[in-house]
Amino acid sequence: MTETVTEPRFESVQAVRDALRSVDYLADDGIAGVAYLADRLGKPVLIEGPAGTGKTQLAKSIAEMTGARLIRLQCYEGLDESKALYEWNYKKQLLRIQADNKSDSWSEIHDDIFSDEFLLTRPLLEAISAEDPVVLLIDEVDRVEVETEALLLEILSDYQVSIPELGTIEAKQIPLVFLTSNNTRELSEALKRRCLYLHVDYPTLEREKEIVLAKVPDITDHLADQVARILRSIRQLDLKKSPSVSETLDWARTLMLLNIDVIDEQTAKETLHILLKYQTDIAKAAKELSVDE
Amino acid sequence: MLDLLNGFVVELRNAGLPVSLTENLDAMEAVQHIPIEDREAFKYALGATLIKNNAHWRAFETVFEVYFSLRGTEYRIVEGDDETALDDMWREMQEQMRQGEGRGQAGGSMDDLTPEEIAQMLMRALLDGDQALSRAMAKQAVQRFAGMEPGRPVGGTYYLYRTLRNLDLDGMLEKLMEATREQVGGELTSLEERLEREEYEHRITEFKAEIEAEIRRRLVADRGAEAMAKTLRKPLPEDVEFMHASRDEMQSLKKALYPLTRKLAARLARKRRHGRKGPLDFRNTVRHSLSYGGVPAEPKFKYPRPAKPELMVIADISGSVAAFARFTLMLVYAIQNQFSKVRSFVFIDGLDEVTDYFRATEDITEAIHRVNTEADVVWVDGHSDYGHAFEVFWERYGKDVGPKTTVLLLGDARNNYHASQSWVIREIEHKARHVYWLNPEPRSYWNTGDSIVDDYGVHTDGVFECRNLRQLEAFVEKLA
Repeated sequence: MTETVTEPRFESVQAVRDALRSVDYLADDGIAGVAYLADRLGKPVLIEGPAGTGKTQLAKSIAEMTGARLIRLQCYEGLDESKALYEWNYKKQLLRIQADNKSDSWSEIHDDIFSDEFLLTRPLLEAISAEDPVVLLIDEVDRVEVETEALLLEILSDYQVSIPELGTIEAKQIPLVFLTSNNTRELSEALKRRCLYLHVDYPTLEREKEIVLAKVPDITDHLADQVARILRSIRQLDLKKSPSVSETLDWARTLMLLNIDVIDEQTAKETLHILLKYQTDIAKAAKELSVDE
Repeated sequence: MLDLLNGFVVELRNAGLPVSLTENLDAMEAVQHIPIEDREAFKYALGATLIKNNAHWRAFETVFEVYFSLRGTEYRIVEGDDETALDDMWREMQEQMRQGEGRGQAGGSMDDLTPEEIAQMLMRALLDGDQALSRAMAKQAVQRFAGMEPGRPVGGTYYLYRTLRNLDLDGMLEKLMEATREQVGGELTSLEERLEREEYEHRITEFKAEIEAEIRRRLVADRGAEAMAKTLRKPLPEDVEFMHASRDEMQSLKKALYPLTRKLAARLARKRRHGRKGPLDFRNTVRHSLSYGGVPAEPKFKYPRPAKPELMVIADISGSVAAFARFTLMLVYAIQNQFSKVRSFVFIDGLDEVTDYFRATEDITEAIHRVNTEADVVWVDGHSDYGHAFEVFWERYGKDVGPKTTVLLLGDARNNYHASQSWVIREIEHKARHVYWLNPEPRSYWNTGDSIVDDYGVHTDGVFECRNLRQLEAFVEKLA
C-alpha cells in the first residue's frame, strides 16, 4: 500500500445508492456495498456477470456521480504493455538523435531521450499520474492472456508503475478501479486476490421494473410491470442467450414507439426478435408464451 | 468478532472454498467499515472479499446463514427486535381476521386457529405479496407443524417435509389462480394467466425458502453452528458426482456447464494459436520495419497451425451412466469447432449413430433429448452389453476410423458378464491416433463385480476417472 491518503468519497452504503440513483443507475445492496468498500479499502473491484447486465455502465455511472474522469482500457487478445502501460516514442527519439547528431555529447542525448517528453502514456499510466480524480475501467479483462494479466498486478495492488529508465511512478491519489469480465476464462488467483469481487446478475423483477421506469421516459407503471414479468418468464426458459437488461430497455422503447399500452400474446410474439437474437430461441419463446395451460 | 470471523473462514475452507490469508485480512478490514447491524451489507462485505467465484456463492450463503443467524449478542438483539415487530403484526392481523368474522375475540396464539384459517391467512399473504406477513407465517407454521424437539437426531428435510405437508402449497397455487380470476372478473388471456401463475409460484418458492431458513435457525440454536455447518455442507457444482447427482444438483451442473464450455473453447483456441513459435516471416518483418526507418526492429514469425483432431465419441447411455454420457456429449458438442469433425455413437446393447441429431439442430439440449428417445440402442434386453455394441461398431463404422481419429469411449464398463470382445478396441487402437476411455466411477470400484475396465483399458492410451465436471474439463483440455 502506498502512503497516499485519499479522502473517502462516500459517506455510507445508502449514500452510494442514492447517488447512483441520481445518475439513473439503480444499484442493489450488493452493488452499492461493494462500491462503498472499494472506496474505503482502496481496492479494485472485479465485476463479473452475463453480458448486458450493466457492468461497464456501473463504472461509467460512478465516474459520473463522483464527477471524475473515466479512463478506459479495452482489453483484447494481444494487448501488451506498450498499449496498456506506456511506450517510448521511438520515432520522436530517432528524430531527436538525428536532429543534432553533431553537437551534443552522447550522455546528454541518452538522458534526454528517456525523459517525460518522449514517453507516451497509455491508459494505466495515465490513470496513475492523473492530477484530477479519475475512475479507471479495465474492460473485459478476461480477454488478455494469462501472462499479460501480470502487467496489471503492480498497478492494482500498489497503484504504481515501474519504468526501468525513469524509476517508479506512484499514484498521486488512489483512483477507483473497476475490472469487468465476461467469464470466458478463469482469471488468475493473483489477480482475484487483489480485488473485491462483485457478481452482477440479471436483476430481480422489482429492480428490472424500476430500471425500465427510470430509463424509458413516459412508460406507464402497468406496462413496465408487464415487461418485467414477461422478461422473468423468458429468462426461466432454457435459452442460448437470455435477454439482457439493455435488450429489455430496447424492447420497452419499441413498445412505446408502437403505442402499445397492454402487451398481449400477439405483440409479444411479433416483437420477440428485439429480445432474442437466435432463431431457435425466438421459436422456443414464442411457443412457450402462447401455450394454454 | 475476530474469533467469529476466523471460525467462519475455517468453515468456508472446510466446505472446499479457497480462501487465502490476504483475503481473510481483507475481510477483517472490510467489516470495520460496515455498520454491524446491517446484516445484508455485512454479508456482501464478506462475500466481496472472500468469494471470488460466483459458483461458490451458494455455498457461502449457506455457511453465512448458519454462522451469523444467532451468533454474537449484537445479532441476537437485532433478530429479537425483528421478531417482536413481526409478532405484533401477526397479532394485529389475527385480530382483523377475527373481527372480520365477527368473533370478537382479541389476542391469543396461533394454537387457537384451525388449519383452514391458517391456510386462509397464508393465501392472503401470498395474494398480496406481503413479505413481512409471509415471513411471520413461515415462523408460525414451523412452530406449529414441524414438531421440532431439542436434541432429536433428525435432519432439517424431515421438518421441512412435515411443515409443507400441513400447508398444502400445491393446492394453494390453484386457489390463488382462482382468486385472481375472480378479482379480474372473467377469463384471463393465456399470457396473463401464465404471468400470474409465475408470480405466485415465485412467491410460494420464497415462502418455502423462509420456512427452510426458520427451520435452520432453530436447528442451529439447538445444535450449534459447527455441527449444522457440517451437515449442511454440500459439494461445489464442479465437484458434484455425475452418477449420484440429485435433480437440483443436475440443474446447477447444467448451469455450470455452459460457462465452462465457453472458457474451454477460448482456452483451446488460444493454445492452438500460441503453441510454438514458427520460422521468421520475412515479408511481414520487412513490412513492419518501415515504421522504424527500415530497421527490422520487430521480427515477425509464421505460427504453425496444427491440424484439428477428428473425434469419435462412443457412449454408453444405459441408466446408470446416462447422466455422465449426456454431459460429455454436451461438452464435446459445445466445443465442436475445436475438432475438424465430431461423430457420436450411443449404445446400450445395440449401437446407433446419433451425429445427425446434433447436426440437424443448433440446440444441444434438444439433440440430447432426441438421443434419449429416438436412438435405436436396444438389441435384446436393454442391459449394457459392451461386447456386442463394440462388435456392431467395428462391423459398420470400423472402416471410418483413420490415423487422424481420436476415439473416446464413455462408460463404466459394467458388462453384465457378457463377452468383452476387447479385440475390437485393440483393432481400433491400431488404426486410430488415440483411444481414451472415460469412466464415471470412482477408481476404487473399477474391476469389481461385472466391471471389466482393464480388459479394455490395456488397449487404450489411457483410462481416466471422470466423476465430476472438474475432471471432465481437465480431460477435454488435454484432448484438443
